[in-house]
Amino acid sequence: MEKVECIVVGGGLAGLSAAYGLADAGVEVMVLERGDYSGAKNVTGGRLYASPIRSFYPELWEEAPFERAVARELVTMLGDGAQTTIEVASDRFTADPPQSYTVLRARFDQWLAEKVGEKGGMVVPNMKVDALLREEGRIIGIRAGEDEIGADVVIVAEGVLRLLSSEAGLAAEPVDRDHALGFKEVIELPPGVIEDRWHLNPGEGAAQLFLGNVTDGMLGGGFLYTNKESISLGVVVGMKAMRERAEKAKPQDASESYQLLDRFKALPQIRPLVAGGTVAEYSAHAIPEGGIAAVPKLAGDGYLMAGDAAGLALNALITVRGMDFAIASGYYAAEAVKAAKARADFSAAGLAGYEASLRGSFVLKDLQTASQIPAFMENPRLFTHYPRAVSRLLEQIYTVGPGPTPGLFKTAWGGIRRDFMNTGTVKDAWSARRI
Amino acid sequence: MSDESTMKIDAKLGLDVFKLDKEPHIVIDTEVCRTLCVDRACLYVCPASLYELDDTGRMTVNWEGCLECGTCMICCDKRALTWKYPRGPYGVQYRMS
Repeated sequence: MEKVECIVVGGGLAGLSAAYGLADAGVEVMVLERGDYSGAKNVTGGRLYASPIRSFYPELWEEAPFERAVARELVTMLGDGAQTTIEVASDRFTADPPQSYTVLRARFDQWLAEKVGEKGGMVVPNMKVDALLREEGRIIGIRAGEDEIGADVVIVAEGVLRLLSSEAGLAAEPVDRDHALGFKEVIELPPGVIEDRWHLNPGEGAAQLFLGNVTDGMLGGGFLYTNKESISLGVVVGMKAMRERAEKAKPQDASESYQLLDRFKALPQIRPLVAGGTVAEYSAHAIPEGGIAAVPKLAGDGYLMAGDAAGLALNALITVRGMDFAIASGYYAAEAVKAAKARADFSAAGLAGYEASLRGSFVLKDLQTASQIPAFMENPRLFTHYPRAVSRLLEQIYTVGPGPTPGLFKTAWGGIRRDFMNTGTVKDAWSARRI
Repeated sequence: MSDESTMKIDAKLGLDVFKLDKEPHIVIDTEVCRTLCVDRACLYVCPASLYELDDTGRMTVNWEGCLECGTCMICCDKRALTWKYPRGPYGVQYRMS
């Protein structure tokens, strides 16, 4: 059996980040990517928070093919015929350097794969790994078709579905409760139109999340990210919520999840944002949303888990992160493998520095901080009652009817008492103290 | 769906690049579907609308248009699906996403 020092399963951001660090340190590393190129099977919403990862490989981010630096953050609550948008712009979001960027993965991952190649790492496309090879409890390599390749250590960055690691008994199979489905259209629009519609300076971008009248009351929402010459418009919906909906559906209910995006796009509030655009691509992907409780064992004899495969993603309602976690986990995986190589010990003990580094970094700290969020988000009122109630309250405050108009305080207080001061909402506020 | 801003799902999938294998990467145990499943979550959850009941009430999947998200596999609690990624050169190849 042919043998290399390190095999990386999956040429996405976690795998490429690991390979870059290893190749840079002269470790023999081979990345096996099942797509035609890195990024061919990847989907993001998407925005990459660069601030958390800028200190890793600082030379890379100067020249990275980001789409736009996010200057404007918008959250839109869609009620029945009324909507409320909170728009936050800050000089500090785009101060040198900007904290986050929109990205498109096919371009971004291919660029990172090239960087790995420049450092001497090998990225092999069209190579689907069929199994992790296990011997006496230790991962000793991989099988791809007829070929078996051995390795001192395998970095499992196979993505969210973790077909290989669950088959090999390294991690549990993915379950609906811990995952969401995201799907989107990439809609081409001229840069000037994008900048006009979202009030952006050239090169700047907007990130807009939508709650409420998007997911039929299911956990989830809509998103819109402005790229250079396109926007990414999509929907995220919890898999458990979808399955329960299918359970309850009547036989004549022929609706399907994909229609959520069509209905979202056809809303009078969204139509002007996409008007004149040309749909260029339609994509879908599973998203890990189980939080820290769903993170599997991160390392064992002869292997490490990184990125989505390790459940390292965080939907904190307002900030949605994953790619920074992937790059960080890849970085720490490379550090751990370098240390293990120095001691010639690729056992679980030799690789234990990986989990320790992740625990000491934002990756597991932020997941720990957000540990109550997955349970909090199972509350359907977040996706039905609150977006409607906020919009109704503000609509009333702004309404002047034909007769006398009550005073501002009376209108506001009445609305607050009606929609925000009952046992359900008080309970929600109480559980929100932990998010 | 009459609005011109929305497209039929087939037209959307038509925008994507697919490299087709001869072998399906999703295989349905239709006997499990027939005897154990009433919810048919796959019909709802698939973002490409690939699952269909044929004239005889048998579950089918048009795996050629699969976006490889795995949602059907995760949501099939009767475990009727044998779901793998397509082999090396095959399946969807995103150009942007």
